[in-house]
Amino acid sequence: MQITMKINGQTYSHDVEPRISLAQYLRETVDLTGTHIGCDTSGCGACTVHVDGAAVKSCTLLAVQVNGSEITTIEGMANGSELHPIQEGFKEHHGLQCGFCTPGMVMTAADILKNNPNPSEAEIREGLEGNFCRCTGYHNIVKSIQHAAEKLNA
Amino acid sequence: MIPAKFDYIKASSVQEAIGLLDEHGFDAKIVSGGHSLIPAMKLRLSRPEVLIDISGISGMNTITEEGNEIVIGASCTHADIVKSDLVNAKLNMLAQTAKCIGDIQVRNRGTIGGSLAHADPSADYPATVLACDATIVVEGKEGSRSIAATDFFLGIFTTALAEDELITAIRFPKVTTGNYQKFFQSASRFAVVGVAVVKEGDAVKVGVTGVSDTPYRATAVENAYAAEGSKAAEHATDGVEVMSDHFADEEYRTHLAKVFVKKALEA
Ligand SMILES: Cc1cc2nc3c(=O)[nH]c(=O)nc-3n(C[C@H](O)[C@H](O)[C@H](O)COP(=O)(O)OP(=O)(O)OC[C@H]3O[C@@H](n4cnc5c(N)ncnc54)[C@H](O)[C@@H]3O)c2cc1C
Ligand code: FES
Ligand code: FES
Repeated sequence: MQITMKINGQTYSHDVEPRISLAQYLRETVDLTGTHIGCDTSGCGACTVHVDGAAVKSCTLLAVQVNGSEITTIEGMANGSELHPIQEGFKEHHGLQCGFCTPGMVMTAADILKNNPNPSEAEIREGLEGNFCRCTGYHNIVKSIQHAAEKLNA
Repeated sequence: MIPAKFDYIKASSVQEAIGLLDEHGFDAKIVSGGHSLIPAMKLRLSRPEVLIDISGISGMNTITEEGNEIVIGASCTHADIVKSDLVNAKLNMLAQTAKCIGDIQVRNRGTIGGSLAHADPSADYPATVLACDATIVVEGKEGSRSIAATDFFLGIFTTALAEDELITAIRFPKVTTGNYQKFFQSASRFAVVGVAVVKEGDAVKVGVTGVSDTPYRATAVENAYAAEGSKAAEHATDGVEVMSDHFADEEYRTHLAKVFVKKALEA
C-alpha cells in the first residue's frame, strides 16, 4: 500500500506492507534509526515518537494507520546543531548512560511538558510510567526534564 | 514480531465499515487504536485477513452534552476523555478512570470503543460504564440499537455485539458523585481489581472489574448498603466466581475486592 507522511518536516512516500509497524518503517525504510525498538510489545517506550503532536509507541502502530500524519522522531528535535532544551537537559544532568531508552524518554518528556509546562517531580515520574530505563535509576532523567521545563518557561 | 499478512482498508463511513464487516465475516476485524488488537496479532492470537480501520470516520470522536447525558464517541481516545472539560465537569469519574489506563502513549492511542468491544476482564472502563448505567450505542446491518451496560459484557473477551456491528458511541447519565478506585497490576498497569461507585442519595451502584472473568454490578453490596454502610463491602464477591492467576490468587483477589469496594464507598 502506498503511504505518504511528513516526518520531521520532510515528506516521504513509500509502498509498504500493511503489517509493518511504524517503528520498523522509520528504522528500515526511512533510515531514521534514532527510534529504538526495545521490547516490540508496547512495554518499554523506547520506540516513542509523536504522531500529530502526541507521543505514541510506534511498535504498536502500523505504518499504514498513520498514513497522512505528521511524525516527529528524535532526529527532528534538535535545530541543526542546537540541541532541544530536553536534549540539553539530558546532557547537563547525565540523564543517560547507555542511551538506549533516551530517544523514547525525550519524546515522552516533550508530551509531558506540552500538556503540563510546570510539572511537579511526581507528575514527571508518573508521566514516564510507560518508559523503562535499565541504567540510570530515573533520578537524573527527572532532573533533566526539570531543567528543560525551566528553560522552556524562561 | 510481525503479524501474519492481511489487507488493510480505511473506512470513511460507518455504513462502509458495516458493509465490509458483512462482506468479510469472520475474516475481518475492526481496528481502532490498535492497542489491544495489534499486540494480539503479533502473537498470532488474532489472525484477521482484512483489517478495517475506523479511526478516520468523522463524527465518532466527539464528546457532547445531550440533555441529561454526556455522549462519548467510540473513537475518543483515553487522552481525549482525560482532557475533556465537559467530562471533568459532569462525569468526572470517567476522566478518573481513563487516567488510570496504561501510560501517556497508550492513552494517546487507545479508544473507549475499542476497550469496551475488546472486553478484557482486567480493563478499567467496564466498572465505570456498569456503575453509571451507561448505554452502548451500536450500529449494524439491521440499523442502530442501544445496549444497557449491564447487558453488554457476556464473558471473557465476549460482548453482546453482533458480528456485523460496531460501537459508535457510549451515552452516560451525568454523574457528579462517583469515583473509581484501582489496584494496579505492577507490570502491565491493568486492573487487578477496579471498583466504580456512583452514589445517589442513600443508594449506591457498584461496578467491579478485574475480579471475575466478566465485569459485574455488585448487587449484594448495593442491597446491603442502606443498612450496613461501607461495611457492605464484605459482600463484594457474593455469588461471583473469582479469578485466580499468578498476580493474585482467589483468596487475595477476594480480599482486594472487599478493600477496594470499601475504599470507593468511603471516597
Ligand atoms: C501497554 C498497554 C497498557 C494498557 N493498560 C491498560 C489498562 O491499564 N487498563 C485498560 O483498561 N486497558 C489497558 N490497555 C488496553 C488499551 O486501553 C486499549 O487501547 C484498549 O483495550 C483497546 O482500544 P483500541 O482502540 O486500541 O482497540 P483495538 O485494539 O483497535 O481493538 C480492540 C478490539 O475491539 C474491536 N473494536 C475496536 N473498536 C471497535 C468499535 N468501535 N466497535 C466494535 N469493535 C471495535 C476490534 O475489532 C478488536 O477486536 C493497555 C494497552 C497497552 C498496549
Ligand atoms: S519497543 Fe515499543 S514499547 Fe518497547
Ligand atoms: S540509559 Fe540505558 S536504558 Fe536508559
